[in-house]
Amino acid sequence: MTARVTITGADFDVGAELARLRAGDGGVGALASFVGTVRGQGEAGSIGGMELEHYPGMTEQAIEAMIDEAMRRFDIRAARVVHRVGTLAVGEQIVLVAVASAHRGAAFQACEFLMDYLKTQAPFWKKEHTAQGARWVDARSADDAALARWGIEARNA
Amino acid sequence: MKLQVRYFASLREALGPAETVEIAAPATVAALRDRLVARGGRHAEVLARGRVLRCALDRAMVDEAAELADGAEVAFFPPVTGG
Repeated sequence: MTARVTITGADFDVGAELARLRAGDGGVGALASFVGTVRGQGEAGSIGGMELEHYPGMTEQAIEAMIDEAMRRFDIRAARVVHRVGTLAVGEQIVLVAVASAHRGAAFQACEFLMDYLKTQAPFWKKEHTAQGARWVDARSADDAALARWGIEARNA
Repeated sequence: MKLQVRYFASLREALGPAETVEIAAPATVAALRDRLVARGGRHAEVLARGRVLRCALDRAMVDEAAELADGAEVAFFPPVTGG
């Protein structure tokens, strides 16, 4: 079994990740995935790229716990999270959340749940580079609201 | 008791990545924050009560009422913005 959580400076191959997630499990009938990418348009105008910082050790532990919670809540067979750190250019992939299940409903739901959870509870910070200099991205209360739909209080933004 | 205090993102830029802090037991994360603010200077500025910060104790998110133990790792950081 491959790791459930990877924090890496390197890019990832979504197709290869999905293939690995369901490999050898004939019970899988659905795969759902989400990929977040670097937008060229930031909060303060157009950006040239970004830097992603995290809290090594805590990040992996926090996301592992989120996957445990997703396995408890939804009828899913496997889940995988890959998150980039370091310097990223516009258009690059930042994060992959992938879920395998027997039927699509649980895969869609668990994928969204994991992404909502990660947004407000995993210790990552984005810094955008713009023509005016670098600035730390502000947390959005909309992300707290997204997690609240699952009955979890985010207390982030 | 002796604590390892870590900072991330904008706090790391202002205060450095980590420092060792001694504080009398018992104490909470809130007491530690107040103690750091009382030093003045950049600590007072970036850890000020008016600023929305999050904290972790031994690598798990906690609220500031959490009790500290000798040797604990406490981290202060801005709201998270990954994903």
